[in-house]
Amino acid sequence: MSDAAETGTDSADEPSGADADPTGGLNLGSTGPGIGEAYPLQVEGLRKSFGGITAVDDASFEVERGSLTGLIGPNGAGKSTTFNLITGMIEPDAGTVTFDGEDITGMEPHAIANRGLVRTFQIARELQEMTVLENMMLAPKGQRGESLWRSVAPGFRGDVVEQEHDLLDRVWEVLEFFDIDHIAEEYAGNLSGGQRKLLELARALLTDPDVLLLDEPFAGVNPSLEKRLLEHIHELREQGYTFLLVEHDMDLIMENCERVIVLHQGRILTDGTPAEIQANEEVIEAYLGGNV
Amino acid sequence: MSVRDDVAARIPGGDAGLIVAILLGIYAAYVLAGVGLGFSLRGQLNTIATLTFFIAVFALLSLALNLHWGYTGLFNIGIVGFMAVGIYVMALVSKPLYEAGGAAQVGGLGLPIVVGMIAGTVAAALLGLVIALPALRLRADYLAIVTIAMSEIVRFSFLSGDLQQFQVFGERVGFGGGSGLILDYTDPIEGFLSLFGAWDAYLGVVSAFEPLFGNPKPVVDGLVYGVVLLGFVVAYYWLLKRTGESPFGRVLKAIREDEDVANSLGKNTNRFKIKAFMLGCALMGLAGILWYMRSGAVTPNSFRPRITFFVWIALIIGGAGSNTGSVLGGAVFAALLYQGPRTLKNLIDAVLPNAGAPSGFGPAVAPLISNVDPVPFLLYTLDSIRQLQLVFMGVVLVWLMHNRPEGLLGHRKETAAGIPLTTQQAGQSRAAPDGGSEDE
Repeated sequence: MSDAAETGTDSADEPSGADADPTGGLNLGSTGPGIGEAYPLQVEGLRKSFGGITAVDDASFEVERGSLTGLIGPNGAGKSTTFNLITGMIEPDAGTVTFDGEDITGMEPHAIANRGLVRTFQIARELQEMTVLENMMLAPKGQRGESLWRSVAPGFRGDVVEQEHDLLDRVWEVLEFFDIDHIAEEYAGNLSGGQRKLLELARALLTDPDVLLLDEPFAGVNPSLEKRLLEHIHELREQGYTFLLVEHDMDLIMENCERVIVLHQGRILTDGTPAEIQANEEVIEAYLGGNV
Repeated sequence: MSVRDDVAARIPGGDAGLIVAILLGIYAAYVLAGVGLGFSLRGQLNTIATLTFFIAVFALLSLALNLHWGYTGLFNIGIVGFMAVGIYVMALVSKPLYEAGGAAQVGGLGLPIVVGMIAGTVAAALLGLVIALPALRLRADYLAIVTIAMSEIVRFSFLSGDLQQFQVFGERVGFGGGSGLILDYTDPIEGFLSLFGAWDAYLGVVSAFEPLFGNPKPVVDGLVYGVVLLGFVVAYYWLLKRTGESPFGRVLKAIREDEDVANSLGKNTNRFKIKAFMLGCALMGLAGILWYMRSGAVTPNSFRPRITFFVWIALIIGGAGSNTGSVLGGAVFAALLYQGPRTLKNLIDAVLPNAGAPSGFGPAVAPLISNVDPVPFLLYTLDSIRQLQLVFMGVVLVWLMHNRPEGLLGHRKETAAGIPLTTQQAGQSRAAPDGGSEDE
């Protein structure tokens, strides 16, 4: 089954336990992350200025499928703006973003998310007055009951309820995977900072993405939870998910990422393996202040 | 506060039980007040009919507003505009054709009342769409500005001479301008009952009341209409509960909490907002029709923004985000803040018939300052209790904001899902046979 074809349409997927991924991955309603282009995310000549400040200046890079790629740079280097440009939250002045061979520049965020490119936010933005389960149930694509008519009109409701049961099974599986099933009925606003980060990652995963953009997922997370989060990310990467990760902690990036992209003043300074980055004079000069 | 929650928890039937209990309390208080006033049976029934009417219309309106504000976070302060469009379009469609020499200056299209009600509801929804398309892309406070401006534009349009009368399909119709519009169609009750051929039977029932008091028809009509309105409250409640407890309602809640997140998870939030806004506007239009349908005539100046704010107060009292809370808020507002001061005033007049309140503020305050005699001031306050209605509303709002900002039932715990989301349920759901597959 081609994942791109399935996620490209708005029609309801048929979630079914029997369709579970044979590789032992999570059942997210598809066969798992797609196996299309070798470089699902390609950014070409991206540019954005706010008033006189050029936040992102001619940035080009690509992210390899199934990799964990780090995006680093000092404060104000344009990392978050790059994320916002890729996910359609803001529109670029120039340049293109290509996802799975399709030009997605300037598309609405929901259209991009539906194609399998899903982000999380720097400050965890859980939906506070909804429970963890409601937060999670929101995410899956192709929910029949999102049509007002189907939810309300007698006769269609049975279909919706049936799908809700399937979704709940899926949600439960993901909650268990992230070890947050014990707080399932808690309001998201009552969670600790670390639990919110887990919830946000779990929720993003439920949209059945191919590529996940994580904006500082470890900010404000204690070391033991950081370890857990990393284990989850590695496990998911082995299942074929692709990650692009913004992070400040250099050690963490160097230890965990296969490739690192360095942004400096809106420009791509360099990219390569962690070893190459660590040896790069320019990076040390610009970013690390020359004293590694 | 916790004491009150304990009391609430002891009432059987949960929130529904609470609503029934509070309604019974309200009615008991009004009947007792009626006894105190020495009302006849006719007077008592009239009071009950009026009370039921206002409880129902405020419950309808706060339910509709709850969809906008409580669920989706849409700041609509133009409620009265949608009500006005509803009743005016309904009148245009259902008024009889113009006849020279009749009491009415303009006619209508002469279609059945039900058609008019549908047309009015649809017109309110379409007005909602027109507003939603540009305004919903903006932040919440801009929607507020646009909606309140719209409600005033609607009122001034109906006031304007240009719309006073015009031709549709060669018939002389119009909105009557500032002098108002006479609703000279058949009484809706007669219309409905004739539709089912039950009108003669109904007249028979009415005449059975003849021995109890003279001319019973208006009283019985009022009671019956009150019951019909309560039926609409149940229908609204059912519709909105179903809307809320679904994936659609879940997206609305997510938009209320953080629209960017909902968008980033692949939900076309603009589309959801427009749908929710239109549905709420339609319900407001229908509520406007039901409120004014039997009033004999409407004038544009009935539709001032204060009605909008009354509905907001009702929703805030009941608790935004809760459908049961909306019904409760509508009932409490109508009984205590809207009708309450009037009844209290009558009661005071009956209890203290010759108290002789001072005629103005000066004579009321002077004794209080000169020889610390509070009696004239108290009498004056009691005498002005109806005028103080808005002050009471303000005091109640301030108190609520300090002590219970979430309202009586505003815990927002109505689950946004088609099935109960509990740990147990999830376990069972998972264990359910699913084609014999074994996950892990």
